[in-house]
Amino acid sequence: MVISSAKYITHPLASPPRNGGVKATFDGVELNVPLDPANRHYAEILRQVDAGELTIADAD
Amino acid sequence: MSKAAELAALIGSGQAQENKNLLINSAMRVAQRGTSSTAASYKTVDRFFYSSANLDNHAFTQTQQAVTDLAGFTNSWRITTTTAESAIAADELVYVAQKIEAQNLQKLAYGTSSAKRVTLSFYVKSSVTGTFSTNLYQTDDSRIVNSEYTISSANTWERKEITYPADQTGVIDNNNGTGLYVTWILASGSNWKGNAATAWEVYSTNNWSGAGTYTDAVVTTINSTWEITGVQLEIGEVATAFEHEDFGTTLAKCQRYFVKFATGDYYGNNYSTGHSFTNIDPPVPMRATPTTTYSDARSTSTTDNTSFNSATRVSFYQQSQSAYISNPTADAEL
Repeated sequence: MVISSAKYITHPLASPPRNGGVKATFDGVELNVPLDPANRHYAEILRQVDAGELTIADAD
Repeated sequence: MSKAAELAALIGSGQAQENKNLLINSAMRVAQRGTSSTAASYKTVDRFFYSSANLDNHAFTQTQQAVTDLAGFTNSWRITTTTAESAIAADELVYVAQKIEAQNLQKLAYGTSSAKRVTLSFYVKSSVTGTFSTNLYQTDDSRIVNSEYTISSANTWERKEITYPADQTGVIDNNNGTGLYVTWILASGSNWKGNAATAWEVYSTNNWSGAGTYTDAVVTTINSTWEITGVQLEIGEVATAFEHEDFGTTLAKCQRYFVKFATGDYYGNNYSTGHSFTNIDPPVPMRATPTTTYSDARSTSTTDNTSFNSATRVSFYQQSQSAYISNPTADAEL
């Protein structure tokens, strides 16, 4: 899968603030991905981050 | 032979086993995402995906196909080349596969002296004749075994049977991750073949395909087709009769990995002023926290569809009153 961008999403209700997911573009399709390592999209994000191929931008 | 002896013999032969098939949606009847797509990955029949690497020209369609020329089957999964790859370069690869969840493979006892052999059987029909490569790939320890089959007659259903050896070394973890790829290779460049892993060994790119001479013509010939159905992976050294399964059972198995909820709008409940949740429970617990999608919402700019999800509930949070989302899906595929 080609991931062209990735950016954390802030959990909308958490206090203190924390990340709730990652907005990423997979093969041209934007998806909001949960932070579950068993989720195949998040697993691929983590693999590409570990390989130095991708950086997840901080949430706004 | 007494009836009791006949029953004992039948059970001993493995032909009386229920749920003997380790694969899901093997008759290609469930296609929640749609019946035709020109994209790779999981797009049509559930649980099966198309993958490629480094292609230059190849375009294709994958379709859930109606079958009328194979008794007992109503559907197949077909790959049709619509733009041919001009040639298969060393780094190019095309395959289709299903991944099996690791915890469903513990009965294979891999990594022990009791490890079981498995047999893959399937019906295949192609406009291309020749020899094709297959493999089982075990991801936890990155191990692989490959084999091959030959299509003798073009555009004719043929049943193939491949028995793979047991792996007494590699261990499949007991979890909800990927345990095995069951792979059919449609084209492979020289980097992906040359090492015949007829016994299990460590994966090393050049044993993804075996060492034989394999046809790539499905990918390099425009309008060529390759399709399969009646796919079965079972313990043992003999391919037994295909285990037909009722549609509802197959659908429920598929929904552990992907759910297309009923088409329409789903209205949420107000959580507090200006805050709403739309919660939907999948028909069965999903394999992992799913990635969800929706086609429309009351307030798309403020819809959160990740933070509150779990394997047993998908949740859409919106900063609006009387929120809704439309046409949701949930993806927990391997």
